Amino acid sequence: MALLTRELRASYAFVERNFNLSKRYWGWEVAFLVYSVAGALAVTLIGLDQDNARLILSLMIGATFWNYLSVVFSVVAEQISWERWEGTLEYTMMAPVRRVSQLFGSTVFAVLWGLLHTSVVLIVLVLFFGIDLSRADFLTAGVLMAVGSLSIIGIGMIAATLPLIWVERGDQMVFVLQSLLLLISGVYYSVTILPEWMQVIAAFSPATYILDGIRLGLIDGAPVTSIGFSHLLPLVVMAVVFIPLGAWIFARAEAYAKRTGKLKRVG
Amino acid sequence: MASHTTQEHTEVVTTLERPVYADMSVEVAPDPAVPALLIEHLTKRFEVGNRRKRKTVIAVNDVSLRMERGEIYGLLGANGSGKSTFIRLVSTLLSVEEGRVEVFGHDIARDEMAVKRLINRVSVDAAFFKKLSPAENLMYAARLYGVDARYARSEMVRILNRLGISSTRINRPLEQMSRGMQQKVSIARAFLTSPVLLLLDEPTTGLDPRSKLEVQEFVEEIRDQHDATIVLTTHDLEEAERLCSRIGLLNEGRLVAEGTVEELKAGVSNGRPGGATMHDVFMAYTGRSLDDDVEEPANDDE
Repeated sequence: MALLTRELRASYAFVERNFNLSKRYWGWEVAFLVYSVAGALAVTLIGLDQDNARLILSLMIGATFWNYLSVVFSVVAEQISWERWEGTLEYTMMAPVRRVSQLFGSTVFAVLWGLLHTSVVLIVLVLFFGIDLSRADFLTAGVLMAVGSLSIIGIGMIAATLPLIWVERGDQMVFVLQSLLLLISGVYYSVTILPEWMQVIAAFSPATYILDGIRLGLIDGAPVTSIGFSHLLPLVVMAVVFIPLGAWIFARAEAYAKRTGKLKRVG
Repeated sequence: MASHTTQEHTEVVTTLERPVYADMSVEVAPDPAVPALLIEHLTKRFEVGNRRKRKTVIAVNDVSLRMERGEIYGLLGANGSGKSTFIRLVSTLLSVEEGRVEVFGHDIARDEMAVKRLINRVSVDAAFFKKLSPAENLMYAARLYGVDARYARSEMVRILNRLGISSTRINRPLEQMSRGMQQKVSIARAFLTSPVLLLLDEPTTGLDPRSKLEVQEFVEEIRDQHDATIVLTTHDLEEAERLCSRIGLLNEGRLVAEGTVEELKAGVSNGRPGGATMHDVFMAYTGRSLDDDVEEPANDDE
């Protein structure tokens, strides 16, 4: 019990530190938020231009929830490069904290920050377009976000090892991975329009199920029970696979970095 | 004046002796009978260069040494001699594949977490979140090391004040502080976590003379008033002579000589009038000046 308390305290260190950093970099945070809002508005305006209410909702959901997923993914995946850039990576890795506590702290912050960020985007969009969500099933959206976040966190943990192994190119790889998720996951369109080979890859992206399921919930009012097998189950399976896999790969990457001296270098 | 100084010393000692890991003290309590640091045949190799021209560089080569509790052990060497690699190995930042490292009886390879709880390191570059304040950085460290937050808040002010950093500065971003001030905060951060083995990796390199003196005086206080065990790497021969109870000379990864200042000087004096200096010692054992740079191998992994 004492060990658990201590590890939770250590996890909180990462939450508190990241909030403190966000406060100190508030100018950039505002700039990113404005960019996210402008981007979501610009995309959703395509639906207005087409005079298609369903398209407006579909694009709004894509823009908003992709924003959430990308914030969560970025915070988790970029934690190593961020610390390397700040020059604190060695200090953090030397501390008597289990890596799972470090990753847990980072992901808690990622989810909280993602929710805050996305709430602002969502509020602006709803007000701007005067969207009617009276038919929406928010429980479906909430459950998919919660379960889907876990699998995104798992992928983020795997991605976070890239800058550990490849000091300079790792960041670029993370960026490419995030771009591919955007392309294949049906953020602004249905994955059914993708070439067949891309649809196969899309089946392995949790974002595909999250976004499609949220659309079903918010646009068609589908209850969470109706998409249990089609959307929720794949997300649960991915979470169960990706999170332990991410932790295992992270541990292997750390051992490799310690053997080859990669913690030291500043990229 | 004397009593004032004593009081300050007592405050520092209190900080160091206070148990931090109440819940884990049994697990990691250092046994005074075992050496603080025991190194046996430690070797660290790196593969450097690209795939076509890959070669092995031995950064630390068959180093063995033993430090008792309360010692300040100086590790002298030119740039690239293996000092920082040695410190990184003991700090768990590099893995030990050849040889053995024990910190208060805990084998670093088998019991890494216990070793982590016993050590802290001050590196040549004060590794901080520069946008954060000293208070925020130290609180982060306190939480990582399991120090009670309330205790940490009061202690950090006391230690920083002791190091000449006023309470009004502890909430301003570190990037607004001079390099010397940042290094003092780095030392304060290490002491806040009450390490029993402190690794000081060139803590005064690049500091202005006054800051350098203040840091050295602080280390002296620790030496005189407390049985803290410290490994100090430095370029500065005077600093090593002033602070260290024993000194080891590293050259191309090898420990080429070891002893007290007097022993080392006596070993190379050869009847010189006025005796040998530490510079003579260094030249005699390494064949080079301490200011000579050795190019560090580029690890082209990309």
